[in-house]
Amino acid sequence: MRKYTRTHEVGKVAVSQPALTSGSGIVVIEPQFRPEHGHADAVTLLDPHGRLAPDAASVMDDAEVGAALRLMLFGRVFDRKAFSLQRQGRFGTYSPIEGQEASVVGAAFALDPGRDWIVPQYRELPALLRHGLPLTRYLLYHFGHPLGGHIPEGVNVLPTQISLAAQLPHAVGLAWGLHQQGRDGVVCAFVGDGATSEGDFHEACNLAGVVNAPVIFFVQNNGWAISTPRERQSAASSLAVRAVGYGFPGAVVDGNDLLAVHAVVSGAVDRARAGGGPTLVESVTYRIGPHNTSDDPSRYADTEALEDWRNRDPIVRVQRYLEARGKWDEAAAERVRAEIDAEINAALEEAWQVSPAGNEALFDHVFLADTPRLADQRRTWAKEH
Amino acid sequence: MPTMTMIEAIRHTLRGELDRDERVMVLGQDVGRLGGVFRATDGLQSEFGADRVVDMPLAEAVIVGSAIGLAVSGMVPVAEVQFLGFTHQAFHQIGAQLARYRFRSKGRFPMPVTIRAPFGGGVRTPELHSEALEAQFVQSPGLKIVLPSNPADAKGLLTTAVRDPDPVLFLEPLRGYRLVRGEVPQGEHSVAFGEARMAREGTDVTLVAWSAAVQVAEKAAEKLDADGVSASVLDLRTLVPLDAEALCRAVAATGRCVVVHEAPLSGGFGAEVVATIQEGCFYSLESPVARVTAPDAPYPIGALEEHYIPGVEQVVTAARRTVEAIA
Ligand SMILES: Cc1ncc(C[n+]2csc(CCOP(=O)(O)OP(=O)(O)O)c2C)c(N)n1
Repeated sequence: MRKYTRTHEVGKVAVSQPALTSGSGIVVIEPQFRPEHGHADAVTLLDPHGRLAPDAASVMDDAEVGAALRLMLFGRVFDRKAFSLQRQGRFGTYSPIEGQEASVVGAAFALDPGRDWIVPQYRELPALLRHGLPLTRYLLYHFGHPLGGHIPEGVNVLPTQISLAAQLPHAVGLAWGLHQQGRDGVVCAFVGDGATSEGDFHEACNLAGVVNAPVIFFVQNNGWAISTPRERQSAASSLAVRAVGYGFPGAVVDGNDLLAVHAVVSGAVDRARAGGGPTLVESVTYRIGPHNTSDDPSRYADTEALEDWRNRDPIVRVQRYLEARGKWDEAAAERVRAEIDAEINAALEEAWQVSPAGNEALFDHVFLADTPRLADQRRTWAKEH
Repeated sequence: MPTMTMIEAIRHTLRGELDRDERVMVLGQDVGRLGGVFRATDGLQSEFGADRVVDMPLAEAVIVGSAIGLAVSGMVPVAEVQFLGFTHQAFHQIGAQLARYRFRSKGRFPMPVTIRAPFGGGVRTPELHSEALEAQFVQSPGLKIVLPSNPADAKGLLTTAVRDPDPVLFLEPLRGYRLVRGEVPQGEHSVAFGEARMAREGTDVTLVAWSAAVQVAEKAAEKLDADGVSASVLDLRTLVPLDAEALCRAVAATGRCVVVHEAPLSGGFGAEVVATIQEGCFYSLESPVARVTAPDAPYPIGALEEHYIPGVEQVVTAARRTVEAIA
C-alpha cells in the first residue's frame, strides 16, 4: 500500500515523498535523482576587475583577445546605431546584444568558420560576422529586404530563427549529417533561456544524444524572455543540468567572461570533433537593454539586478585585462570605435544602394521552378500590382 | 509487369532510391528493425545499414526538423511520420520551417526532403491516428503535395519525390496499403508532378478524386454505368502542383462534376477544385458542381469511420443528381 506521509524541504518547496508501509512499519522510498544535484557554480576565469583567476591561463593570446574585444565593442556600438535608425523608421525590429557580448563572441571564437557551423537565434550579430556573414546582408534583413535572408555560399551560418527553438532540430540534423559524411565540422546552436522551454529544445537535445551529434547547444541565459524571468521557465536549478537527462555533459559558464566562455565552448568543440558528441552549455549573462526596439522594460525590469549586472560589464572586464597587459588604452579604444563607426556607415551606405525588391521576389525561390499556378500569379502580380 | 500492393510498391521504390543514391536516408519511428508498422521499409535496414535507415526517437518535430539539417549537410532524407494524425506534432517544422527554407534563404538552402505519411483512415486505427489534412498543407506554400492512388503511381511519384529539389509531402492511402494491387513497371519509372491521370473515360459526368477516394469514384462509376450513366474519373495525383488544365478539360468534356474527398467539407481541397472549375470552364457547366466529402466533424473513432468516409453510394447519388439537374 502506498501512502504519502513525509515531506522534505527541497529549496523552499515542500515536497511529499511516497512511502510504503510494510508489516513492520513505514519504509520511505527516496527518489534517486534529486533537484539539488543539479546545481553547479559557473566557470569564471576573469574577475570583474579583469584579473585572471590564480592558476588560470588564457588559451586566447593577446591578439585574439584584442580581436574579440573589437567584436564585442562592435556589438555595443551597433546596438546604439540600430536603435537610432529604428527610431527614425529606417530599421526594423532589432534585439540588442548589450550585456551579452562576451557570451556571443566567446562562443564564436571557439569555432572554426571554415568547417564549423553557427545556427543562430536572433541576438548574435557579432558571432555571425566572425563567421563571415557580410554586415550588409544583416542590415538588409533588418530593412525587411528579402536579400537579407541570403547567406552567401561558403558562409557556414543558417538563417536567423524567429520561431523560438525551431532551429535546434536543424542544428542536430546538420551535425549528424556532417558526422555521417566523415566531415569534421561542429555545429554551435544558439538559443535563449526562454526558448529552452519549447518542445523543440527537448526533441533536439534528445536526438543529439541518441545519434551522438557533434553539436553544442549554447544557451544564453540572459535572465529574461521578454518580461518572463528565468525562474518562470523552469524549476530546474540550472538549465545545463538537463544535459544529463539526455546523456551528455552540461556546463555552466559565466557569460560575462570572454575567456571562460571561450574556454568552455572550445572544450565542447574539441570533444565534439573527436567524436565525443553534444554538450549543453549554459552561459549565464544578463540582458541589459530592452528585449527589442518595441519593448518597454519599465513595466517589469528588476532595477537592482540590473545595477548589479552593469557592474559586471563584459567589455570592461576584457579592457582591464588587456590594459594590465599593456595591450589596450584609451587611445586604442578611440581608434577602434572610429573604425567600427566607419565600418557600420560603409555597410549602411552599401545596403541603402541595393534596389528595393519588386513583387517578383514574392515568387522567387518558393520552389526551384514555379508551378503553373505560381507562374500565373507571378504574371498577374507583374501586371496588376 | 509484376503485380504489387501499394506497400510493396513503396518499399520497392525506397529500395531503388537508397541503392541509386547514397545520400538518400530513410528515417522514422520503427522504420529500421521492424521495417515500419506497415512494413513499408521492411528489410531496408539490413540491406543499407542503420546509418541510412534510421530508427528515430518518438518525436515527430525532430524527425522533420533534423531532416532539414540533414538536407543542409548534403543528405537526401526521406522521413516517415507513422500516422498523418501525428503530423500535428510536427506541423511547425513542416509548414513554417521545411516549406520556406529555400524561400527565406533565397535559394541558398534547398530542401530535397520527402515526408511520407499514411493518409486517411478506414482501417480502424486507434483514435487520433487517421486524418485527411491535405488542405492544411496546401496552405503551407513551398510544399509539394502528392497523393498516389495506385501502386504504379506510388512508384512513379515517390521516385519523383525523392529526386525533387523541393520538399514533398507524400501521402499514402492507408486503407489501400494492402487492399490496392496493380501492375508496377520494373526499372526506371517516374511520374511527373502536376499531371492528373484520367482513370476512366466517360461522357456524362466527371468524378474528381485523389488518394483512396479514387477507388470510391471508380466503383461509383461502375455502378453508374450499369444505370446508363457514363462517368469519367480524374485522379489529381498531386494537389501542388495542380493540373488545372486537365481538370478543366475533363470537366468541360462532360459539363458535370462531382468532387470526392475524405477531408471535411468546409475549406477542403474540394472547394479549391470547384473554384478552379468555375474560373476555368464555368460556361461549359451544365449543372452545379457537387462535393461528396466527410462532414465538418473530427475524424471519428473506428466504428464510425464507415459513416465518415465518403462511400460509393453517396457518390452515385450525387452524380445522378448532378446529371439530372437542368442548368
Ligand atoms: C515559438 C515562438 N513563440 C513566441 C515568440 C515571441 N517571442 C519572441 S522573443 C521571445 C522571448 C525569447 O526569450 P529567450 O529565448 O530567452 O531569448 P532572448 O530574447 O532573451 O534572447 C518571445 C516570447 C516567438 N518568436 N516564437
